[in-house]
Amino acid sequence: MEYVIIIISAVFVNNIILAQFLGICPFLGVSNKVSTALGMSGAVTFVITLSTIITYLLQIYVLVPLGIGFMQTVSFILVIAALVQMVEIIIKKISPSLYQALGIFLPLISTNCAVLGIALLVANNEFNFGDTSHMLNLGQAVVYAVASCIGYAIAMILFAGIREQLAINSVPKSFKGVPIALVSAGILALAFMGFAGLV
Amino acid sequence: MEKLKLITRGIVKDNPTFVLLLGMCPTLATTTSAVNGMAMGLATMCVLILSNVFISAVSKIIPDKVRIPSYIVIIATFVTVVQLVMQAYVPSLYKTLGLFIPLIVVNCIVLGRAEAFASKNSVIDSALDGIGIGLGFTIALTILGCVRELLGSGSFFGIKLIEGDGMLAFVLAPGAFIALGYLIVIFKKLTAKKA
Repeated sequence: MEYVIIIISAVFVNNIILAQFLGICPFLGVSNKVSTALGMSGAVTFVITLSTIITYLLQIYVLVPLGIGFMQTVSFILVIAALVQMVEIIIKKISPSLYQALGIFLPLISTNCAVLGIALLVANNEFNFGDTSHMLNLGQAVVYAVASCIGYAIAMILFAGIREQLAINSVPKSFKGVPIALVSAGILALAFMGFAGLV
Repeated sequence: MEKLKLITRGIVKDNPTFVLLLGMCPTLATTTSAVNGMAMGLATMCVLILSNVFISAVSKIIPDKVRIPSYIVIIATFVTVVQLVMQAYVPSLYKTLGLFIPLIVVNCIVLGRAEAFASKNSVIDSALDGIGIGLGFTIALTILGCVRELLGSGSFFGIKLIEGDGMLAFVLAPGAFIALGYLIVIFKKLTAKKA
């Protein structure tokens, strides 16, 4: 039951893009086509899940016992940057075709604020649901990370579909490009507001 | 005169929010009111100036291959400093901005300026560039905060101007996207006429 609440909350109610504003840069940058949106979501899911596990363990077994909580930001960003590099090398060796498909998205992920954002949310108990008096256990943290990524993918793919339609319609000249994309994202966010109160 | 241009360029021609469209996450997330927007802008500006100055001072010592990781560590250090200072002196503001203070590390504006400007220019020029871009970001966030606060709760910097509740959607997520979209269009129109 607990897991169901975490999943619904992370996917719909507190959607990572449309309600928490994490990872907006790739949301606006690579959402021109549904296929690229899919590729980006896949790569992000992979990195976020891994980085959440590693930063979670780092927080519990290194930063807290040693009393160096202030090193959190510095150490987390280093872990994420190293992880992205490592994932890139491994995928390149094991599956060149997947590496080709992900292409430029892989290195871009280290500057996606959703990765650091979710790691920090889990480590600091700052998410907007349920009981925040104690830390999630590792299983819940992983479920939360994966569910957030599903929410990320849903928002990305819906938005890419909308933008494919926008591209073939006539839009007022000053609104071309980013402004109309932002206004449509706003309407999409309005729709997601309908999920509020579900959890 | 040259030096003054470095500052004004960041505010109008290279405005990070309205023209370059960088750092969208904090822009959308923290501008629920004018004060919050301004605070976020100022915090980013502090980090930007400090990191620009430091990076331009040490850029000759850093080997080219480990350039980006070193910049990230330098930026993360300054972000931690700002984070601890805010936590100590303005705890309520720190609480509302929350997650987005540590997330200044991954704000593309800061790393972008480090790579594109500070690594190639003198310390003083880099400081001025940091002030310019930082001011541009702060002004943009304050304007967006003002618009959302006025439409969403009918007040201006916390002073109630219009009776009633206002349109709640503008304080919440959808209003952020829509207000920013319209502001970019207005900014484009205004700057196009001047040129």
